[in-house]
Amino acid sequence: MGRVAPSFEEVGGKQQPAVGLGETVSRTVSELRVAYESGRTRSLEWRQSQLRGLLRLLAEEEAAAFRALREDLGKHHAEAYRDELGVLVKSANAALREVWVPLIAFPARAQLEPQPLGVVLVFSCWNVPLGLSLEPLIGAVAAGNAVALKPSELAPATAKFLGDNIGKYMDATAVKVIQGGPEVGEQLMEHRWDKVLFTGSPRIGRVVMAAAAKHLTPVALELGGKCPCIFDTLGGSARDLQTAVNRVVSGKWSSCAGQACLAIDYVLVEERFVPVLIKAIKSTLKRFFTDSDHMARIVNARHFQRLSGLLKDTSVAASVLHGGKLDAKNLCIEPTILLNPPLDSAIMTEEIFGPLLPIITVKKIEDSIDFVKARPRPLAVYAFTKNAALRRRIVEETSSGSVTFNDAVVQYGIDSLPFGGVGESGFGQYHGKHSFEMFSHKKAVLTRGYLIELSARYPPWDGSKISMMRQLYRYNYVGFVLTFLGLKK
Amino acid sequence: MAARGGVGVEADVAALRAQFAAGRTRGAEWRAAQLRGLLRMAAEAEAEVCRALHADLAKPYTESYVHEIALVKSSCRFALKNLKKWMKPQKVSASLMTFPSTAMVTAEPLGVVLVISAWNYPFSIAAGNAVVLKPSEVAPATSSLLAELLPQYVDSTCIKVVEGGVAETTALLEQKWDKIFYTGNGKIGRIVMASAAKHLTPVVLELGGKCPVVVDSNVDLHVTAKRIAAGKWGCNNGQACISPDFIITTKSFAPKLLEALGKVLEKFYGDEPLRSSDLSRIVNSNHFNRLKKLMDDENVSDKIVFGGQRDEHQLKIAPTIFMDVPLDSGIMKEEIFGPLLPIITVDKIHESFALINSMTKPLAAYLFTKDSKLQEQYEAGISAGGMLVNDTVVHLTNQYLPFGGVGESGIGAYHGSFSFEAFSHKKAVLVRGFAGEAAARYPPYSTAKLKILRGVLKGNLGSMIQAILGFPRGK
Repeated sequence: MGRVAPSFEEVGGKQQPAVGLGETVSRTVSELRVAYESGRTRSLEWRQSQLRGLLRLLAEEEAAAFRALREDLGKHHAEAYRDELGVLVKSANAALREVWVPLIAFPARAQLEPQPLGVVLVFSCWNVPLGLSLEPLIGAVAAGNAVALKPSELAPATAKFLGDNIGKYMDATAVKVIQGGPEVGEQLMEHRWDKVLFTGSPRIGRVVMAAAAKHLTPVALELGGKCPCIFDTLGGSARDLQTAVNRVVSGKWSSCAGQACLAIDYVLVEERFVPVLIKAIKSTLKRFFTDSDHMARIVNARHFQRLSGLLKDTSVAASVLHGGKLDAKNLCIEPTILLNPPLDSAIMTEEIFGPLLPIITVKKIEDSIDFVKARPRPLAVYAFTKNAALRRRIVEETSSGSVTFNDAVVQYGIDSLPFGGVGESGFGQYHGKHSFEMFSHKKAVLTRGYLIELSARYPPWDGSKISMMRQLYRYNYVGFVLTFLGLKK
Repeated sequence: MAARGGVGVEADVAALRAQFAAGRTRGAEWRAAQLRGLLRMAAEAEAEVCRALHADLAKPYTESYVHEIALVKSSCRFALKNLKKWMKPQKVSASLMTFPSTAMVTAEPLGVVLVISAWNYPFSIAAGNAVVLKPSEVAPATSSLLAELLPQYVDSTCIKVVEGGVAETTALLEQKWDKIFYTGNGKIGRIVMASAAKHLTPVVLELGGKCPVVVDSNVDLHVTAKRIAAGKWGCNNGQACISPDFIITTKSFAPKLLEALGKVLEKFYGDEPLRSSDLSRIVNSNHFNRLKKLMDDENVSDKIVFGGQRDEHQLKIAPTIFMDVPLDSGIMKEEIFGPLLPIITVDKIHESFALINSMTKPLAAYLFTKDSKLQEQYEAGISAGGMLVNDTVVHLTNQYLPFGGVGESGIGAYHGSFSFEAFSHKKAVLVRGFAGEAAARYPPYSTAKLKILRGVLKGNLGSMIQAILGFPRGK
């Protein structure tokens, strides 16, 4: 249960590489380059066959996938389907349907030709280990690249599942799974890639980007942040209140027990409304989590220590209103609610990534906008409100990867919405067509004929040539023609 | 504007952050006003700008006008015309999974951005950012003119010019920016990206490369020669990132091409090119010496077939053409960025592909041919930032095509709406209602719920209806 060896995260990529590791990684990278340069991954047929292979994998090996996720994270298979497999099936089907490979309309005068970038590297993360590996993979193969996938070693059962199956269902010479910890990550980043997508912590994001800079490798970083949830009074409708609380509880604890970049990190609510909210959350928690089976566990001992550590601070401990029970043996922390822990405590300055929910009170709900603005930009801002003016202010005055009103986390499954961060939550967006674009180069191609020759562009220059160019740049075609004909200066 | 140290820069950035946080740069009115100010500056200061460019580069007036003034003006006009459209949130289809809901993508400014040596700063303003411009110190007259003029035409609390060299640039790079836009070479590009990594700042790097020109024998020779010459020597005398760097053509066609180029060059610059006012000089003595070294290499100097004249005093080098220099010579290994044009010959034109692919990906790849099959193969087989067939350089002016590199030639693209996007964050916004509560998504999980979830995620309408109607009931 959980690995003893330090993760890539912990060591910041500074391990001594194992003997032979460098060569193994180099060999893998050259194999991928050879595969890409053969041109095989460019064809529509290849891309479609990979996507179909992936779909078959997800269908045929579903039970094994569920088992792996249960082993790694204690994830219930319904959550696993809802958040990982189901989403992947949807995405792969969408990619197959869309046919983003353009028909080269020849001869066109000016066109944008999306081309694969080449050989790309995807670093996945442990909390949605299948989803964060395969969703980028869908985009990368749809765009015609050769791909190296490095699953997180902190979810070893899923990593093994991927290692065992990807080669069986997809083109193993052009799509490779590379296993290992920080030392492997470091070796991989010694090489030049045509793109790297990294999902994980800002600390390692910096390490990855710095390594990429040496080769001018373009990167996309999907990081995290503290996703706030602004909870307004909802006009007194009990039913709507319950709906909202269902969604808040789900958005916190049903997403890998809060260990999700899109999970609600903390709630902002008006002082006077706190009792109603807390009562509703408590009863919903009771209804949803009838036993520990329905909530994921903490991924490993290190994160368990980190989360328990957040509660050790005396003034934080004093603010615990509900829950707080720690089960170190099973790596379980029960859903915990805190009321107004100190704003400078670790639980309010670091991304929680766990089942602890601070509730911060404000005098007026509008004050939450300044609260959010004063802090680093998160991956998502959530707000439950019926107030259109407040909604508009939140969209216009706060900045985040995305904003979702009256729900949480569900934006992840919507293809038409780009998924990615801004500022400290990262850069680069994917999902749906954006995945295709993330792994493509949009080459501009302009074709000219020989017929129309514009002598004005050539030296030696004189006043009339300059005049002509002025007209042209002003799109003043009449003026241009007159000047050309010598009838205007 | 005097050069400043780290403290001055830090204070500048803090001031810009405050202005941005106060929302000063967000409204369409402010953005439009800045763009109009830039337009006025380009119009009113045209003569001064051209004089400065002439001082820095001996740039012919027309070149300055076309490449700098006109481009800035047309960028401003294009941005003004499209501003409202770009700022408008785009509705996108929300999924049935979240019915009822509306989804949209809205463009928001990134914040405070740093633009190093690029002339397309109008778009960073159009996107609503606060901007620091760091003009190239290699063109000092232009740099100080910009520093002097810009504050007179735009809101200098939100748009600043910081001049200087290595020290100032280093100080700037230490600050935290919301985006860095750098134009220049790969070596500095790496330094910029490494600094950006410390703050997780996204970057756009417009770098260089050796832009190849493949010339088939099936062409209109005279027009081809003119367009190559205009792109090579008519753009700062070869000192432009998209200048044709070298030519590849067949052994049989090379003499004809050379002859045509020679004729064209004589027409453009006369028989004493060093005295032509239409030819820019080399920007400074460092670069002059670098180019001189490339030319004087013993394996290369005997391959000169046209030109070769130079004047150290004026820092001028005449258009010079080489025939079949060794592929491992300096002139074929680094980006030339000057008026030297090697012609490499091959037996069959298709051999040019392998040669180009053996080099790093360039910013632009050019092809002259009337053979549509060759064109198709070139488009499919060569990777470059952009591609232009039967002309050189002009794709730069098309506001509808993204301009940017790939691989060593850079990261990110811009021009027109792509610039606006480069300086924006596309924020996804989802608005849900309270109806359509789907119990199936919540724990405690059951087989019945999972069945419905499967259906919903597969797009099965029946399942969606069930989900929306709250099945399975009673949980």
